[in-house]
Amino acid sequence: MNPIKKLFDNIHPYVEEGGKFHAFRSLVDGFETFAFVPNTTSRVGSVNIHDAIDSKRIMSFVVIALLPALLFGMFNVGYQNALATGHLADATFWGMFWYGFLAVLPKIIVSYVVGLGIEFVVAQWKNEEIQEGFLVSGILIPMIVPVTCPLWMLAVAVAFSVILAKEIFGGTGMNIFNPALITRAFLFFSYPSFMTGDATVWVAQDTIFGLGYKAADAYTAATPLGEAAQAGFAGFTPETIQNAITGLIPGCIGETSVIAIALGGLLLLWTGIASWKTMLSVFVGGAATGYLMQVCGLTQIQWYEQLVLGGFAFGAVFMATDPVTSCRTEGGKYVYGLLIGFIAVMVRVLNPGYPEGMMLAILLMNLFASLIDYCFVQSNINMRAKRATIK
Amino acid sequence: MAKVIKLRKGLDINLKGKATKETASVSCPGEYALVPDDFTGVKPKVVVKEGDIVQVGDALFVDKLHPEVKFVSPVSGTVSMVERGDRRKLLSIRVKADGKQEARQFDTKGDIKSLMLESGMFAFLRQRPYDVVANPEDKPKAIFVSAFNSMPLSQDFEYVLQGQEAEFQAGISALAKLAKVYLGVSAKQTSSALTVAKDCEVTVFDGPAPAGNVGVQINHVSPINKGEVVWTMGAEEVIFLGRLLKTGKVDFTRTIALAGSEVKEPKYYKMLVGQKLTTMLEGNINADGARIINGNVMTGLKTTAEGFLGAHATEVNVIPEGDHADEMLGWIMPRFNTFSTHHSYFSWLFGKKKEYVIDARIKGGERHMIMSGEYDKVFPMDIYAGYLVKAIIAGDIDRQEALGIYEVAPEDFAIAEFVDSSKLELQRIVREGLDILRKENA
Repeated sequence: MNPIKKLFDNIHPYVEEGGKFHAFRSLVDGFETFAFVPNTTSRVGSVNIHDAIDSKRIMSFVVIALLPALLFGMFNVGYQNALATGHLADATFWGMFWYGFLAVLPKIIVSYVVGLGIEFVVAQWKNEEIQEGFLVSGILIPMIVPVTCPLWMLAVAVAFSVILAKEIFGGTGMNIFNPALITRAFLFFSYPSFMTGDATVWVAQDTIFGLGYKAADAYTAATPLGEAAQAGFAGFTPETIQNAITGLIPGCIGETSVIAIALGGLLLLWTGIASWKTMLSVFVGGAATGYLMQVCGLTQIQWYEQLVLGGFAFGAVFMATDPVTSCRTEGGKYVYGLLIGFIAVMVRVLNPGYPEGMMLAILLMNLFASLIDYCFVQSNINMRAKRATIK
Repeated sequence: MAKVIKLRKGLDINLKGKATKETASVSCPGEYALVPDDFTGVKPKVVVKEGDIVQVGDALFVDKLHPEVKFVSPVSGTVSMVERGDRRKLLSIRVKADGKQEARQFDTKGDIKSLMLESGMFAFLRQRPYDVVANPEDKPKAIFVSAFNSMPLSQDFEYVLQGQEAEFQAGISALAKLAKVYLGVSAKQTSSALTVAKDCEVTVFDGPAPAGNVGVQINHVSPINKGEVVWTMGAEEVIFLGRLLKTGKVDFTRTIALAGSEVKEPKYYKMLVGQKLTTMLEGNINADGARIINGNVMTGLKTTAEGFLGAHATEVNVIPEGDHADEMLGWIMPRFNTFSTHHSYFSWLFGKKKEYVIDARIKGGERHMIMSGEYDKVFPMDIYAGYLVKAIIAGDIDRQEALGIYEVAPEDFAIAEFVDSSKLELQRIVREGLDILRKENA
């Protein structure tokens, strides 16, 4: 017998009902289902065979899809640090990457420890299996905060969103809002000076374990979107846009590189985890609105620049397509996506206080997703009611 | 020319161990059983005692609410046992066969409905809504018969039909006296007994499973509205009816497809309804860890070799149980030999020709509904399957009605249940929903 299997079999009696360590049942259970595909077979009266897909596989693939953006984000943290401190010439690729890795790793750990900790406790309390939803949220959260976000802030925000945006609704699959975005919104509204993107906070400015460089005092580096929101802006240079596509601009850890995001996006589309309908319509909605705003003379930003700057691409690929909080009807997905694109660009252009609109657009549409679905489902209900002879 | 309806949604699952087209007979002494649970929605009232001598066609039990609906013995012999379970629930009535098959002679000249009621044929009519045994007081708007089963490892009705074409047609013509008959035929079927069957409207369905489900066919031909009733009958049961009309005797002989990866020689067997499964399974299955399914792998009930052939079963499938598989790190391994519709696995690489062995494991934990649109891809009706399931879970009867619960039966959700990544027991949920709704509307 497999020694790991044996280990679990030995642990079992302790965590069963009445066992000494019953409080850790959900924890052991969680690890066991990760180590082995459960051997439970289908009950009498349900289908006898099942597709091999399960939510663990789905969530793991989302995490894999996020890796290119995450790894690039780590490199970019190092790159921005070197750039800001004027040491770009003597910085090495691996030096920059390890610097970024060390800057980002604590955030990932804090996010997982706090979030999964709450999940474990809730699962134990409700006597359920641990739900995998937070595997994705836990990696998304460090990717959508600035690298300078203090860890204690992150911990508070994660706890807030897991409890109030997810668990009180009943856990993964029942939540209305995307928990990762709620985390960011919480940070944004509670600690605005750390989050707005027009201050000094987007570039790591200190050394970590001797890696990286210390910045001179009062260094400021605005994100391109922040720059565009300032007075006297007259359009981006082609170089800025090129950097925005490769990702070598200041910004949240995971959101900068369009190329890395596209790699993850392709995996999500191929595996069918993200709906191409939602993803495409977010881009179409954003581009159309961007073009309209540009034609009306409301902004100097070209329509295609809207799509590559800030969190737009990241939001469109990884956030808007969250199957739980987006529309569930196929028709609704188009409407949902178009409106996200529209609102995101509208907020960017028409709102002078905050140069980024993606987070607010998706959260707002999360709220309206069920209303859109309602319209589509209702049309099906009406069709059926119409053909009925008795009421 | 019959109307052709093309269906895009659905999924054909290619399983190993399909039945080859040859038929064997097995000796049929011993015990037979009629299981009331096979006739959904019936409250059984036993009309025989242990020790009674019965002929083929004699009633063993009736429906308490409609005593004219009779459930008759498939064999002649002695009633050996009236098996009861908890709270005296009737589990089965067993008849020890005498091997003579002495059959009661019915008068086939009279009214077809009373003949069907008396001879136990009516008990094979099912009704929608609720997917229960039909109520003889109803006036159905139509009777639907599906001449093919699209589920994996299922019986090939065209093969079964060979040599019984006249009986089939006689059965269809008889049903046509009760209501308009619609016959659903697969695009792959060529037998003229099906494609140009008389006294019925033939519709050709071209598409993956569950296109053979009568519910899907009803939805596309003449959807059920509130207040309407549709009756359905299995294609092989139409042959039963035809035999009865020709000979005046009841003959519940089926040509059962014994199929599945754990069957040594998958082929067809002549079996009587209620016959012990050991008669065909003995020495024919890989004994260790096999799951014997009374009926189809997608919709049938797990049983043992000691079980009895279900009343509506057209096949018996045997697959591995898989409860000792201990597959490590399955959530991330490539698992090349595993079938999945999902592109995070690699079954798409091997094409549709590859045959898979799938065991009975659920292969994941039950979750809330997370992914959207999974069911819709394999649910070829104009019904929002996910929303309907949610309405049933929530117990919201008005909404179930509005979303079309009257049109569905648990079997229509079988493929959706297979692909569901949240591993919800859809068929069970729908069955419970239908039962509650029926009680509420009674």
